[in-house]
Amino acid sequence: MKAHEPSDSAVTLDAGSSKVNHTGSWRTERPVYVDRLPPCNAACPAGEDIQGWLYRAEEGDYRGAWERLVVHNPFPAIMGRVCYHPCEGACNRAQLDEAVGIHSVERFLGDLAVSKGWALPAPPVGDAVGKRVLVVGAGPSGLAAAYHLRRLGHAVEIREAAPAAGGMMRYGIPKYRLPREVLDAEIARIIALGVTLRLSEKVDDIPKTMAQDGFDACFVAVGAQIGRRIEMPAPDAARIIDAVTLLAQAASGSGPIQLGRRVAVVGGGNTAIDAARVARRLGADDAMILYRRSWAEMPAHEEEVIEALDEGVTVRWLREVRRFAGPDRIVVEKMALDAERRPRPTGEFEELPVDTLILALGQSVDPTLFARVPGAKCESDGTVDVDGALMTGHPGIFAGGDLVPGERSVTVAVGHGKKAARHIDAYLRGADVADGTKHAPATFERINPWYYGDAPKTVAPMLARARRTAGFDEVHGGLDEASAAFEARRCLSCGNCFGCDNCYGVCPDNAVIKLGPGERYRVDLDFCKGCGLCAKECPCGAIQMVPEDV
Amino acid sequence: MSDLENGAARVRFYQTGTFTVGNRLIDPALRTVQAAPDRPNALTSGHRACQGCGQALGARYVLDAAMRATGGRLVTVNATGCLEVFTTASPESAWQVPWMHSVFGNAAPVAAGVAAALAVKGKQDIRVLAQGGDGGTADIGFGPLSGMFERNDDVLYVCYDNQGYMNTGVQRSSATPPTARTATTPALGAEPGNTFGQGKNLPALAMAHGIPYVATASVADLHDLEAKILRAIPMRGARYVHVDVPCPLGWGHAGDETIQVARLAVESGLFPLFEWQAGAITGRTQIRRRVPVDACLRLQRRFAHLFDGSEASRARLARLQGIADANIERFGLAAEETRS
Repeated sequence: MKAHEPSDSAVTLDAGSSKVNHTGSWRTERPVYVDRLPPCNAACPAGEDIQGWLYRAEEGDYRGAWERLVVHNPFPAIMGRVCYHPCEGACNRAQLDEAVGIHSVERFLGDLAVSKGWALPAPPVGDAVGKRVLVVGAGPSGLAAAYHLRRLGHAVEIREAAPAAGGMMRYGIPKYRLPREVLDAEIARIIALGVTLRLSEKVDDIPKTMAQDGFDACFVAVGAQIGRRIEMPAPDAARIIDAVTLLAQAASGSGPIQLGRRVAVVGGGNTAIDAARVARRLGADDAMILYRRSWAEMPAHEEEVIEALDEGVTVRWLREVRRFAGPDRIVVEKMALDAERRPRPTGEFEELPVDTLILALGQSVDPTLFARVPGAKCESDGTVDVDGALMTGHPGIFAGGDLVPGERSVTVAVGHGKKAARHIDAYLRGADVADGTKHAPATFERINPWYYGDAPKTVAPMLARARRTAGFDEVHGGLDEASAAFEARRCLSCGNCFGCDNCYGVCPDNAVIKLGPGERYRVDLDFCKGCGLCAKECPCGAIQMVPEDV
Repeated sequence: MSDLENGAARVRFYQTGTFTVGNRLIDPALRTVQAAPDRPNALTSGHRACQGCGQALGARYVLDAAMRATGGRLVTVNATGCLEVFTTASPESAWQVPWMHSVFGNAAPVAAGVAAALAVKGKQDIRVLAQGGDGGTADIGFGPLSGMFERNDDVLYVCYDNQGYMNTGVQRSSATPPTARTATTPALGAEPGNTFGQGKNLPALAMAHGIPYVATASVADLHDLEAKILRAIPMRGARYVHVDVPCPLGWGHAGDETIQVARLAVESGLFPLFEWQAGAITGRTQIRRRVPVDACLRLQRRFAHLFDGSEASRARLARLQGIADANIERFGLAAEETRS
């Protein structure tokens, strides 16, 4: 403001600006912009920056969102279909209305990328590290490792025993959950980065193969492919098949599979559900799951069970199969749960007519491969011991996916591939992995929920549609663009500034400076009195008040 | 990608609704004045208001909106009060707008005089805004204000209501709510705090004068406040806007709770948001998530005596709840989630 001209008609003082008065000196706390770890990101086994890619999808920048996504996971179209989305289970929005349909948006982005032919970011050229890495097994873990190693500048060769790449994504997950053209497209994109893929080539002796063919390190991810059996008296004519074999046969389409009209599946995991649903599709009128405990204890995901029930699969709870009473009759014992909810035999038996008995009792690792790796140690179930870097007892040989102890899922396997790649890279460079310190969690208590509007009733059908695709069932299809953007925009952006201007607006002292689109804000400490309104009114909890030294 | 981009534009933004100050996904023209990188900052930094002052915030919200509405052709006249004291410690001023102060009670007639002078000079495109606290408006300046209303002078009068004389040590005004403890209404005796049944309802008094426009606004609802100022500025004649501005010092809440307290006053029905034109209520801001008055009062130490668990305190709380319920009934504020 311009100062007054001197006047001889009145005594005046030149009016100066209050800005000479640095009220920041009153402050005892200062606001600091922070990035907190959103619960979705924290829950993602593949370590995706979910909030980061949703932020871009909100703007309609789907290419940018996809690129952000594939930094951590090269399989968005697959993930959007088969991942059990622990992210959504952790989503803070569930405490307001419903979790954001993250997997639906992921699938939308993945399908869009496939349809547009977007390429994965090219590996660096010139900066060749000159190292060669062997990946054994072209399942989700091996492919993910190959992708990340390639991007880190290494030469990668994958050897796969099966005639096609994909591992359990191809030979375990039924087509109705994961169409093969989606699988093929996302695998081809990785191979296009210059990864060598050798199919129908089984590696039996890893150290020997590495020495012979000049590999500097190896990542082993051959999975757990042996279906567990039970010892049970059965006549020769009885038809028994394990679920892994059944799913692989159904997936490879190698000849007709005769299951008969009445099928019983033993087990309570997702594989049991898949087997029963596949059996229905192969013509079984009566597909019955026998599980020795109750629904509450069932390891299969609830939505899978519900879909199976919708498709006419039946479940007999608290039943343990004991023996065959003839080629097409089995005897089951009724079980009862004790105080610890463990099944106990009751001595009550019943006979059930069954043409084929399918065993879905879990899968084991083939112990022979690591028997030939000096230094490597295995658990009694055949799984391979690894350290925090996923390295086995044999230096330079790493392992991940279903092969190592722990939770088994496609997403966990992809996460192992990424983690192993980082550690293999560090091993080959003789460096340590930069252990990124994790941000403090963005809890719901830090959210200011007032600022998040509820979806009005008019869009409820759209919301319901997003929810329904939770079934991975291709019958339902993916989200259209408007619904995907809608879902993305439901993200609360927990703990990460999304540029809402609240801090800039609510400061009574104009001490928040807006740095421009996407550039966030800065506090002018000359004038910030430290009242904390910005922190309190930040919708997503991205401002923290920090005490000053006073 | 153009088809996709169009699709994105059709989707309404649910992440924050319209409740945040800005919104990176909508047309800049639809964002608040406060979100603009080049907002006028009619009240600038370095003023001496307390930490978390609701009045400093409310005044900037109002005047920046008025600056936007007038293209900067605006004169303001200020009553005595906190706002004048903390902005204008001579020889410094925090005002970046032509600004005038006379004496405590006469902001309204001085503003009327400015408007008359501008009219004489044919400069009626320059708009006049008078502002004061509840003391300068409801008590000391009420007679002159009533005159300005009665003459229908071409002035927008904005009252920033912090419910007492705050910079002089928190004395009661005729806008102090019942039961509130102030320096002159201690929380002692049979009727602790301010008494029921006294005080003035300023918006109702303004409406009783039959002026063209009366509205209430809150620092907790920026979009609503700006819409009302933008609507009031171009109108001719006497207009009145009453803004709820919590005072951390006088109300006894933390400085970072100013907006929360104001929001809870709206959501409990204690401070109804409405617009009134030509004799009828023409707009109401319905309550999104209704709360009992306790939620609002509990944050303020001036009402601490209401939460001593005694029967008498519970009865007083019930009476305050009755006031809020009557507001909700009278203005029809009960509907849920009308905006998105």
